[in-house]
Amino acid sequence: MTTPDSLAQSEYKYGFVTDIEEETAPRGLTEDTIRWISAKKNEPEFMLEWRLRAFKHFMTLVENHQEPKWANVHYPPIDFENGVYYAAPKTNPASLEDVDAEILSTYEKLGIPLEEQKRLAGVAVDAVFDSVSVATTFKETLGKQGIIFGSFADAVQEHPDLVKKYLGSVVPYTDNFYAALNAAVFSDGSFCYIPKGVRCPLELSTYFRINAAESGQFERTLLIADEGSYVSYLEGCSAPMRDTNQLHAAVVELVAMENAEIKYSTIQNWYPGDENGVGGIFNFVTKRAKAAGNNSKISWTQVETGSAITWKYPSVLLQGDNSIGEFYSVALTRGYQQADTGTKMTHIGANSRSKIISKGISAGHGSNTYRGLVKIMPKAANARNFTQCDSLLIGDQCGAHTVPYVEVQNSSAHLEHEAFTSKVSEEQLFYCRQRGMSSEDANSLIINGFCKEVFQQLPFEFAVEATRLLEVSLEGSVG
Amino acid sequence: MLEIRNLTASVGGNQVLNGINLSIQAGTVHAIMGPNGSGKSTLSNVLAGHPQYIVDGGEVLFDGVDLLAMPPEERARAGIFLCFQHPVEVPGVRMDHFMRAGYNAIHKSHDEEELDPIQFDRILKDKAKIVEIDPLLLKRNVNEGFSGGEKKRNEILQMAMLEPKLSILDEPDSGLDVDSLRIVAEGINQLRSPDKAVLLITHYQRILNYVVPDVVNVLINGRIVRSGGKELAAEIEANGYEGQGEALQPSA
Ligand SMILES: Nc1ncnc2c1ncn2[C@@H]1O[C@H](COP(=O)(O)OP(=O)(O)OP(=O)(O)O)[C@@H](O)[C@H]1O
Ligand SMILES: [Mg+2]
Repeated sequence: MTTPDSLAQSEYKYGFVTDIEEETAPRGLTEDTIRWISAKKNEPEFMLEWRLRAFKHFMTLVENHQEPKWANVHYPPIDFENGVYYAAPKTNPASLEDVDAEILSTYEKLGIPLEEQKRLAGVAVDAVFDSVSVATTFKETLGKQGIIFGSFADAVQEHPDLVKKYLGSVVPYTDNFYAALNAAVFSDGSFCYIPKGVRCPLELSTYFRINAAESGQFERTLLIADEGSYVSYLEGCSAPMRDTNQLHAAVVELVAMENAEIKYSTIQNWYPGDENGVGGIFNFVTKRAKAAGNNSKISWTQVETGSAITWKYPSVLLQGDNSIGEFYSVALTRGYQQADTGTKMTHIGANSRSKIISKGISAGHGSNTYRGLVKIMPKAANARNFTQCDSLLIGDQCGAHTVPYVEVQNSSAHLEHEAFTSKVSEEQLFYCRQRGMSSEDANSLIINGFCKEVFQQLPFEFAVEATRLLEVSLEGSVG
Repeated sequence: MLEIRNLTASVGGNQVLNGINLSIQAGTVHAIMGPNGSGKSTLSNVLAGHPQYIVDGGEVLFDGVDLLAMPPEERARAGIFLCFQHPVEVPGVRMDHFMRAGYNAIHKSHDEEELDPIQFDRILKDKAKIVEIDPLLLKRNVNEGFSGGEKKRNEILQMAMLEPKLSILDEPDSGLDVDSLRIVAEGINQLRSPDKAVLLITHYQRILNYVVPDVVNVLINGRIVRSGGKELAAEIEANGYEGQGEALQPSA
């Protein structure tokens, strides 16, 4: 017999808990919490000062009730003053060899083996466990080309000048409520610098794992591609199943200098909550990239299948002339999941081009909103944008919404917008089944077809993973 | 092989099949002719298990097994193939991927070997030659932008790949030019064998000159009103359906 429990279990196979001793910050959010975290990380003065400024700003936002309310998502108020803002395994490994066996086996179960013999070929991984980075693979290989890749905390110690120069340069702590919170309390994350003219030989990847029961996760990723360089970067995430909601408020900043290109892909699979909408991660994330120079190129690809609530708009500031910004997204909501996601393309440079391909899939009681802004600034002569937002509905309890905003301040701009809402049609399903496919296989074939333009953007190994994830996520939602 | 007894069925609230009786032996080709709207496609869809078509009464045995109790994929796996009158498009799904998914599902259900893309491609290319399909067409999305003739030839290609026991061909000849007609007919003939049967729905005698039927059935108002040899097709082509219906109408 299938109990609701085993059903949820079979649907979310990353829901296990790692049994490990963790050190947590005292409950609450005060100036002392910030000092405690900064001291824990042995940070230089500039970091503490920056955090404290962010904290002050955040508290004024809280006092003035400026928590964002405009997104099409619904949840009970979060008690920010009563949260736990830091959790980390007690042991602090000096190298990969010293990483706790429990943690290694956690990543192995997640399909990201960290030990040398088992690693994915061609992918360097930074593993973030709760609030800290526990391991980074292929560090030396990358180091030979001058590539810096590792935990944010290490970068603060080893490359303070780079951190100081770029931290907050794309997402200042004043940007929004959650960006302010993140700046005050963020504990770790990944840092990456690709030197001039270097084409990064490996896929870089960060895997975020929330394990602790009560803490939020606040990580920060900073990625800089210097002139003429190239990097493809991927992040993955998952969390145990718990019946309370946990907050994940991350910030990602990307900077691509002249002629540099960054491809940033996300496979987001945080725990979505159970079939009644209990538990799950609140995924409130600020991601922004600066295409800083001429011909800079930024490409965001995201596959969002997890989280109870997703609130996320990976954006691009198209500063350079001829710069390019792209956003490819598949967002799946089922059960009682809510997603409000999209992008913001701000065209500043002349001949800048952007492309937005958004695919929303709603099943069960899921709610899926695309929210996007294309902004053409006065100097962005001949800017071009193409936007396509497609929605696929499975069943009749779910919803899809499209909210595209456009602001044009230069009349030479050329904008195109297309939007379609469709259902998996009975004719398509019957056609597949008449050829021998089961109805699940038929559904996943059709849904994969719907997502194809986005999946094509992912590095090969991850395209396979994304396809599989979508299948698992939709099990039982269709048929 | 196939026994249809007193089959009644409806779609969209209309009763369309009003008591079909038909028996098809292995090794034979049955043609069905009938005016527009008489229920030919309905019969094919009912046999293949389309969920929108509701069976109201009667029974259908396929190799002695109750066909109507099986979901569509099981019917396909048991050897029933439907060549669609209007095959649908499936955006983003490549034709060859689609075909391999079906092929492997059927083979797997028989504990037979599934084929990887390379093995499958080899067989597919050979069969594509028979129906003169450009292999590049098979890299495009399922039926997207296919011409009418390409769609039909592509349906026949799928039949050739799956080698079904019973092929139900719903107007495989409509809209074809002379060359395509010959190609499609040859494709059908290649599949004829003592252990297979064909149910061929058509409006025209033309295709029956290539695929010579053992029996021609006339379907009017959801009933088979007449059955005969291949000459019946010529008679209908010459005289139309006028008078065919009344001949066997029961005097209610
Ligand atoms: N989905 C539907 N809803 C309502 N009525 C339907 C539906 N599908 C078919 N019908 C009706 O059922 C009748 C039989 O249709 P069917 O498609 O079986 O005819 P046919 O013999 O194949 O005709 P043709 O030669 O034009 O292909 C028609 O009157 C048609 O309008
Ligand atoms: Mg028809």
